[in-house]
Formats: sequence, structure tokens, C-alpha cells
Amino acid sequence: MKSYDAIVIGGGLVGAAIAYGLARDGLKPALIDEGDVAFRASRGNFGLVWVQSKGIGAPHYQRWTRLSSEQWLRLAPELAARTGIDVGHERPGGLHLCLSEAEFAERRARMEQMRQEAGNFGFEYRMLDHDEAAAMLPGLGSAVVGASWTPYDGHANSLYLLHALHKGFVERGGTYLPNRMIDYAGVAPREFRLGSGADEVAAPKIVLAAGLGNAKLAPLFSLAAPVRPQRGQILVTERAGRLLERPTTTVRQTVEGGIMIGDSQEDVGFDTTQRPDVMQAIAERAVRSFPWLAGLQVVRAWAALRVMPPDGLPIYDESEKFPGAFTANCHSGVTLAAAHANAFAPMVAAGELAPEMAAFSARRFDVPQAA
Amino acid sequence: MFRKRPESARPTVPVSVEGRAVRVPEGASAAAAVLLAGFGSIRDTAVSGAPRAPYCLMGVCFDCLAEIDGEPNRQSCMVTVAPGMAIRRQRGKRAATVA
Repeated sequence: MKSYDAIVIGGGLVGAAIAYGLARDGLKPALIDEGDVAFRASRGNFGLVWVQSKGIGAPHYQRWTRLSSEQWLRLAPELAARTGIDVGHERPGGLHLCLSEAEFAERRARMEQMRQEAGNFGFEYRMLDHDEAAAMLPGLGSAVVGASWTPYDGHANSLYLLHALHKGFVERGGTYLPNRMIDYAGVAPREFRLGSGADEVAAPKIVLAAGLGNAKLAPLFSLAAPVRPQRGQILVTERAGRLLERPTTTVRQTVEGGIMIGDSQEDVGFDTTQRPDVMQAIAERAVRSFPWLAGLQVVRAWAALRVMPPDGLPIYDESEKFPGAFTANCHSGVTLAAAHANAFAPMVAAGELAPEMAAFSARRFDVPQAA
Repeated sequence: MFRKRPESARPTVPVSVEGRAVRVPEGASAAAAVLLAGFGSIRDTAVSGAPRAPYCLMGVCFDCLAEIDGEPNRQSCMVTVAPGMAIRRQRGKRAATVA
């Protein structure tokens, strides 16, 4: 049996960011990962570091997302310095395009609510008319009525991010254990033992970050992670010279030149097949937004599964029955990577979640139905 | 390096690769024309500018990208030659133009 300071289960973006943060801050963690067969949202996501529209009606989530957007400005250069990997992070502000007056009015109301809920924390946004948006995004289609803009939004290369987090983790002395499933768990307060094949590992702290796998793992630790899969489909064009200096919610140009086009929200269970009708709808909206996209070839397309909590908000918890056991669940592994590495990991290292994390507890789902 | 199989006596069509005239068998791919014309590479990659040549010849690796009859980023291994076809080097990213 091998002992570590902490065990993180799940080597996707959430687990890797937490494990990286723990290793960077001086702990000796182990990161247990399933392998290439895993439903890996980290390999299928859109790569936005997105703030606007996150956390309406839930100011704690808005603050958490904003914190991550700020921390990204530290994390990206830190990863580059430690690993030599440029994760392509940019934070030029982002736009959400509205293709009808009704969409624009709804968006305006939503952004204003975000601002009000931000209170003294502040929330800078602008509603742009077509011409103002077109000045920011060349070749904007006439179908675009307007857009919402905030300075907090950005994007990154999520594959480089995953690579850099893993590399940074290992270089700081973290132990990566891939191609493993959890066969059994010995659970006691601040004393956890996990069996996987012939290996047994132990640690006083454990973080469940296994994405959709958390739903089954969490109850072993007297935790709840009622996450479900939500499918999203993405199209990617051939690489082209830089045209889009800012990301939008569903169209962004990567630093390498490819244009990523998303996305869909489909509740279809554990099914990663692609659907031509969905891909067509995605492409049609993209071409209405940017007619010149019709002249580019789509060279790749895929479907992946988001890790979706019942209310769409992240779930963070520490087990009351088994202190030292934590969960982290969210559908925004890229956006929240910096919060996970720079805020959540230090809480795990310190041994307890900060009081403001209580709003993210899965206990919010335990409220009895009103009669 | 590349020779035709002896039993192959198909008619040929004239194409050009980077302005160099070459005759290739009917039904062959533009990538075959690149190789028959003796080019060691036909594109420079979009990110690092490294030279690349047709590799998998079955539409998977995207290393045979070329500008064919003015259209950038064609997979030359998936394009059948036609008389007079002009195959040119793909130099990094294509331009995207806002109409």
C-alpha cells in the first residue's frame, strides 16, 4: 500500500486542476485516472473561459466564475513558466449574439439581472447594436440584431490546458496512476484506502473529480453528486488566417486558426453519437451569424457529454460523516480550472472548504417538496 | 522513388504541380501527381510552417493539403486529377475572406 497526502480521482480538467494545485502547493498527491475509454468532457469541450450569463439567480456562482476568470490571468503564465506549454489563453472580452429582437430583449433582461445580483461586486456589461458588434467582429451577418458583451470572457486551448496541468502535476512530484478503476474503497474520517487492481493507495484526503463517474462514487463517501450527461456537438473548420479577435458563445477562432462552432444541449443519456439534424442547426445559425463561414470546410466534428448537475450549478462538498472526502462537479472544467487550481485546491490542502462554498453543497437538493 | 506498375497502361492526363507539367494516369489522385512530379513536400503547416508531403493517402492525416484550381486546403489524396488541373503548394493557413 502506498500513502499520499491526498488522492484525486479523475484525470480530466477538474481533477487535473485540483491535483496540480495540490502538488504546486507542496502536497504529495496521487491522481487516479480511468483512461482513454472514459467519457472525457475535457477532450470534447468548446474551450471558452466564459463568465457572462453564468450564475443568473445564483450570485455565488457568478462570483466563483469571475474569480476563475481573474485567476486565469495567473494560471496561464504560471503553466507556461512551469511546463513550457502555452495554453493559448486570451481574455479579450466576449460577445453573445442575438439573432432576433426577442433574443435581444431577453438577453438584455438577463444581463441586467446579473448586474443587479452582483450588487457591490459590480458587473460590467454592454448591450451592443448591430453596428457596434460588427465593429468588434468582422463579417457579422445582417441577421445579427445585436449582442451582449462583457470584458470578463475569454478562451483557451483546452487540450493544451489538460496537458499542461498533467505535466505541471507530475513535475511537482505528483503521482499519476492511469488506466485504473476503483474496485473498493475503505472509508473512515481522514483515512481513506482505495483498491484498484493489484494496487492499494491511502491518504487522509480524497477529492472525487470523476465527472459523470462521481454519481456512483460519491455515495461511498456519504456524499451526493447527482450529475447527469448532457450531450453537446461541435463542428470545427479548416485553419484560416485570424479574423475573429473575440470569442462568442457559439463561434470562436482558435489561436491555431480553426473556427469552432457549437453547441447543442441534448439530454440523451450516455450517448456520444452525432446527429446530422443537430449539426445542421448548429451550422445554419453559425452561417447566419457569420455568412463568410459558409466558404470554409468543416474538417472535424464530434459529440461529447457535459457533466450536468440538476440545476446546472457546480457541486462542491466535504463529507460530514467522513471529513477529508471532497467532491467537485461542474460542466465548466475550462472556465473553472483556475478556481480549482488556485482556490479549491488550497481549501482541500487546508482541510476544509471556505464558508462561502456552502451554497454549492449538494444539500441544496434535499429541500423537501412543498405540499 | 515511385514507378508505375508494369501492367498499368492507362491513358494519362496533363496537370501541373507548382507550375511543373506532369502527366498522371487517369483516375489517379492529385496527391499522386505531387509525388510523380517529384515534390518532397506540398504544404507548410498552419502553425509551425513545417513542410509536409502526402502521407496516409486515404483522407485521414490531412498532410497532403494543397491549393487545387485556386481552392485552398484541398485534401489532394481525395481529389481525382482532371486535365489542366493546377495544383499549388498550401502555404500555412488559408485566408478567410469576409465577403
